[in-house]
Amino acid sequence: MSTSLLLAQLLNGLQYGVLLFLLAAGLTLVFGIMSFVNLAHGSLYMLGAYAFAVVGTQTDSFLLGVLAALVTGLLVGYVLEKTVVARLYQRDHLDHVLATFGLVMFFNEMVRMLWGPQALFVSLPDALSGTVELFGFTYPSYRFLIIAVGLLVAVGSQWLIHRTRVGMLIRAGSVNPTMVGALGVNIRFLNAMLFTLGAALAALAGAMAGPILSVQSGMGESVLITTLVVIVIGGIGSVQGAFYAALIVGVADTLGRSYLPLLLRQIADREVANAAGPALASMLVYVLMAVVLVVRPQGLFPAHKDK
Amino acid sequence: MKHTHSTFCLAWAALLAANTAMADVKIGFSAPMSGPVAAVGQDQYDGFILGLERLNGKFGGQTVTVLKEDDQLKPELGNQIARKFIDRDKVDVLVGLGFSNVLMASLPRILESGTVAIATNAGPSTLAGAGCAANVFSIAWQNDGSAEAMGKYAQDAGFKKVFLLAPNYQAGKDNIAGFKRFYKGQVVDEIYTQVNQPDYSAEIAQVQAAGVDAVFVFYPGGMGVNFVKQFSQAGLMKKLPLLSAFTVDGTTLPSLRDAALGSVSGAMWDVALKAPGNADFVAAFSKKFGRTPSLYAAVAYDTAFLLDIAVKKVNGKTDNKPAFVAAVKAAGTELKSVRGPFKFGSNNMPVQNYYAFQAVKDGAAITVKQLSTPLAEHPDVYASLCKAK
Repeated sequence: MSTSLLLAQLLNGLQYGVLLFLLAAGLTLVFGIMSFVNLAHGSLYMLGAYAFAVVGTQTDSFLLGVLAALVTGLLVGYVLEKTVVARLYQRDHLDHVLATFGLVMFFNEMVRMLWGPQALFVSLPDALSGTVELFGFTYPSYRFLIIAVGLLVAVGSQWLIHRTRVGMLIRAGSVNPTMVGALGVNIRFLNAMLFTLGAALAALAGAMAGPILSVQSGMGESVLITTLVVIVIGGIGSVQGAFYAALIVGVADTLGRSYLPLLLRQIADREVANAAGPALASMLVYVLMAVVLVVRPQGLFPAHKDK
Repeated sequence: MKHTHSTFCLAWAALLAANTAMADVKIGFSAPMSGPVAAVGQDQYDGFILGLERLNGKFGGQTVTVLKEDDQLKPELGNQIARKFIDRDKVDVLVGLGFSNVLMASLPRILESGTVAIATNAGPSTLAGAGCAANVFSIAWQNDGSAEAMGKYAQDAGFKKVFLLAPNYQAGKDNIAGFKRFYKGQVVDEIYTQVNQPDYSAEIAQVQAAGVDAVFVFYPGGMGVNFVKQFSQAGLMKKLPLLSAFTVDGTTLPSLRDAALGSVSGAMWDVALKAPGNADFVAAFSKKFGRTPSLYAAVAYDTAFLLDIAVKKVNGKTDNKPAFVAAVKAAGTELKSVRGPFKFGSNNMPVQNYYAFQAVKDGAAITVKQLSTPLAEHPDVYASLCKAK
């Protein structure tokens, strides 16, 4: 029973990690390649979840919901880049933080005014709401879809960045944007495209999280912090790094939450363990990040090995 | 010169005092109106306004003005608002006062001023016990009540082994303690999760591995939506009875719908409650606001009627604070609450029934039905520690 619980927890960690990766992929691209700090990434995730919930429930179609989320992400991402973000590339990071934090508040208040403060209802088609028996546990089948979508995005972005011409330009632009511009590439357009892509990925993450999480104003902030931890551990700008780091954080967090309190009970009495266990478990990913920053400040899987 | 000045001031003050005795009743309403728990604050405000409207905008024949503030669930802000209401606006009554942490931060000034304060969402144990005060009332609940009712329910249902989950903060610990106070079976494990944790799959796997008869959780707001959705998607709702407090309520049920089916929650009120005036309240609220009221709305609705009785008792002379405090306390006994039996205990906390409700399907809609009344006219355990009269 104990081995099967461990296997089940590893699967839970994998699933959580994949969800984090969907968010981290877009953020690490924008942060690492464009050197732009985008706190509003969580808002795009929230907007994706709302688009999915509203359209998905109206049309009673899961696919249309996901499509609506993607379109919302693309549109909002494009407009944001043109109106706000493009003006800020030349400024320093503090200005980025200030502007995008303002956007976070704007979007939170906007969805509250449009849909009210209550969490939105999200429907899930019968085909996806079943369960699967695994290691003696019942497991929601929808979680496997999340894993599949996450892996698909991982493979897709890997292909885009390492196997296509656009990917080559993105990589080149991240190392020396001036030189890429001098060679006749429209670097502004490249940036706009990249930001829009990141926004669409965040919206997709929101749509995938919609059925399992509470879709409400402010849902993006708590997950954004963990996402920042992921991209720091993975190495800023590296999609591959974000993938591995997301899995590491997902598994570490899940195992920490389930086993740290139990381990503490071996050495301390139950009352103390119950109080200290969850506190330690919630610190675990930050401790992990701190260790990575000390040992390998460039992250575990940096985008540029020689930088 | 100095003399005439002070005489003038005195005369003016006397005039003012005479004026306030005859004029409006001023209410300072505060609640979290923005952020993740804004739904709770909005329901309280709407419930209070509906009650006031049904009283034709008057308490005891006096015209009522309501000032509204958003505490944003921030204790320091709640404290500022209480000071503003008392010192600048000179309100007759403070209503709302937010969550327990916000209320506790506002308390020092409220105690000093002697102004009547009616909490519609909090009944922290310190305020119910040694820290109780004559002018501070909770018309909602003592925080442990609903969890105690679920403990009693689990005991009565004969569940031998249970698993308990709550967020890792004071209210989470209080609710777990409340459950255990009335449950005598075996608590296989209790888990405290991070506040605002999004994913509960690890904990749900542990629940499955533990082989228990029932699960009790306290997950207010968005945490509850997350947990119940994930618990239901794991197919556990059909296998394991899910008992909860402040988790499946009027603010979360519309977003949970089928996911909450079968879950049992402890509360002092829900839409299905058969109490005089309740069906009428639910219909009026639904008609006016286009949504089903929650227990937060019901509490605030009661508050309006409580104040009506109290203001009547003092003939509108709300500026005599000790008399008004006594009138509010007495009004509690006369109040015909939509939750059934109600009165203020010796510590100004409610003495009321705590019911068990189950989420059920009614045609296409999801609603609740009343299962039982685990705790009838239940006073809290802290009352004996209260030294105020």
